[in-house]
Amino acid sequence: MDNLLEIRNLKITTLRGKNTVRLLDRVDLNIRKKCSFGIVGESGCGKSITANAILGLLPYPLQVSEGSIRYDSKDGEKELLKLSKKEMRSVRGQEISMIFQEPMTSLDPIFNVEMQMNEALSFHHPRMSKGEMRDRALEMLRRVNIPRPEQTLSSYPHQLSGGQLQRIMIAIALINDPRLLLADEPTTALDVTIQAQILKLMNDLKEQNDTSIIMITHDLGVIAETCEEVAVFYAGQIVEQANVVDLFTQTAHPYTQGLLQAVTSLGSETRKLYTIPGIVPPGGQWNQGCRFADRCSRCMEKCRGQMPALTEVAPGHVCRCFLHSEEAEA
Amino acid sequence: MRDYIIRRLLGLIPILIGISVAIFVIMQLIPGDVVSGILGIEQTPELREMWERKLGLDKPLVEQYFNWIGKAVTGDFGESFRTGAPVFPEIISRFKISAELAILGCIIAWIIALPLGIISALKRNSVIDRIVRVVALMGVSIPNFASATLIILFLAKGFNYHTPVKYVGLLENFGTNMEIMLLPAFILGSVMAGSVMRMTRSSMLEVLRQDYIKAVRAKGAPEKVTIFRHAFKNSSIPIVTLIGMQIGSLMGGTVVIEQIFSIPGLGQLTLTGITQRDFPVVQGCVLFIAFVYVIVNLLVDILYTYIDPRITYT
Ligand SMILES: Nc1ncnc2c1ncn2[C@@H]1O[C@H](COP(=O)(O)OP(=O)(O)OP(=O)(O)O)[C@@H](O)[C@H]1O
Ligand code: SF4
Ligand SMILES: [Mg+2]
Repeated sequence: MDNLLEIRNLKITTLRGKNTVRLLDRVDLNIRKKCSFGIVGESGCGKSITANAILGLLPYPLQVSEGSIRYDSKDGEKELLKLSKKEMRSVRGQEISMIFQEPMTSLDPIFNVEMQMNEALSFHHPRMSKGEMRDRALEMLRRVNIPRPEQTLSSYPHQLSGGQLQRIMIAIALINDPRLLLADEPTTALDVTIQAQILKLMNDLKEQNDTSIIMITHDLGVIAETCEEVAVFYAGQIVEQANVVDLFTQTAHPYTQGLLQAVTSLGSETRKLYTIPGIVPPGGQWNQGCRFADRCSRCMEKCRGQMPALTEVAPGHVCRCFLHSEEAEA
Repeated sequence: MRDYIIRRLLGLIPILIGISVAIFVIMQLIPGDVVSGILGIEQTPELREMWERKLGLDKPLVEQYFNWIGKAVTGDFGESFRTGAPVFPEIISRFKISAELAILGCIIAWIIALPLGIISALKRNSVIDRIVRVVALMGVSIPNFASATLIILFLAKGFNYHTPVKYVGLLENFGTNMEIMLLPAFILGSVMAGSVMRMTRSSMLEVLRQDYIKAVRAKGAPEKVTIFRHAFKNSSIPIVTLIGMQIGSLMGGTVVIEQIFSIPGLGQLTLTGITQRDFPVVQGCVLFIAFVYVIVNLLVDILYTYIDPRITYT
């Protein structure tokens, strides 16, 4: 396999009453080795469920109804959707790790940091001694720039700040040298200055370790700082994907343009926050045409009848919009 | 922590004094008195006066109370008006029986409720969850005297069961004791099991939704580590609270079951004391029950600190 992770035709559905409702629709993603890949989109577009599906962590009643997720593991290629529970557990936290949006609630409040770091080791290395685990934990805490690591090991989560907790989460996620890190809005809950520090830390660690990162965010600013390649999600679909430079300079999709406008207006002098009018239609309320049609200022008649296909507008740059291609989804 | 425990124990004193005053007043207010009970139809003014003097009931009320409490603080709870036997040793021997019943009941309740509550939460909305929930709801809504009577009737008709005539102590004959105690303990336990089960289920469901559970799974945790080490331990605080309250209220709450099964426990002693207007017995029993209740709650509060590091007392 050339890529580290290949997601093909991924569909996620849920049950609402007796009805099956689509939440994610035929998503394809290729994550190259040693690449940081961004997934961006507003709330409810399906970013987190995509990440959770990779590790088999979708909460009931959500499920993957179709597709494949192939992963190039240390010992050969694996189809993650077909792994046994045991095999999946050995991937989690060892080959693919995850960090979450809310550092304050991502550590178990009744155990201290040392125990929770040791767990990450002992699940995968049951014979590791207490001393080895402690050394490794201290080393990781130093690498994520935690001051006074010894003291931190014996602390409980409520005694630490959000920024420290997110550093610890990162330390836990990287403790077994995973090849892929899924970062689901890792800085959203943090102050701006702490945000910048955490992003820098993640960039540094990635350089040192050759870990690929999937960075999930609703903030294009975060993407600009951390990612090489970006997929823009809208209502359970990819609407645009390109390398980060092309996405910012040759923005094709009206939705991406809207997101960009929201970022730039934030820095401008007027301070007037631009937001795209309207909301993301939730799963089950998607129209048959372009899902962005109701909010698109350039919507045409055709857009309501047919769904635009994801087509290449430039080498390595795909977009799902009739402004760029006549092609409709079959 | 030590200071906290001492403070809590000191706090017991006004509670116990308040209860003792209340019991004293209530015993005065309810109609009927102990002397008429003792003398029955042979009552004459002379006999009556003699008995009242003997029991100290001829003194002014306030003096009666202070006489009693003066002895009580030295650990002497007086003698029963009826039997003349010292109250305190009697309470202790009755308490052992009630405590056995209560503990057995709790163990049965936990054995039923905790696994079912956990399974029910893990298999939410499955057939087993639905069955467990209905049964638990029945458990909480049927009063235990009703289920006790029904079960006895059922066993009597179907299996020729009869309630034991004479109580046999745990240490006298373990087998016979269990024969006597298991059925009432089961009835007590099944009633408690309903609410413990419901609490376990809802508390587990709440915890299972938390981010840290997903984070533990993302580390590669085996399911039993996720469920027991993380989810159940975090769910246990409200369960422990509930269990503490149940144990506390069981001290007096076994009275109906003791009555039905003729078990000479503390509940039965209290009830007899009240019907016979035997003031020292009632006073002693109620204070003892209140004392146990407070101690159990204190133990629960201390237990919290072992479960959850965020809880500390200073
Ligand atoms: N546990 C769940 N039960 C039912 N629906 C869910 C659940 N989790 C997510 N969804 C639905 O799946 C869709 C995608 O959710 P997802 O969490 O992936 O969004 P997101 O892009 O990560 O947004 P956010 O920025 O809010 O995290 C949403 O419509 C959401 O309502
Ligand atoms: S297809 Fe039409 S509605 Fe959809 S984004 Fe393009 S122009 Fe707008
Ligand atoms: Mg999300």
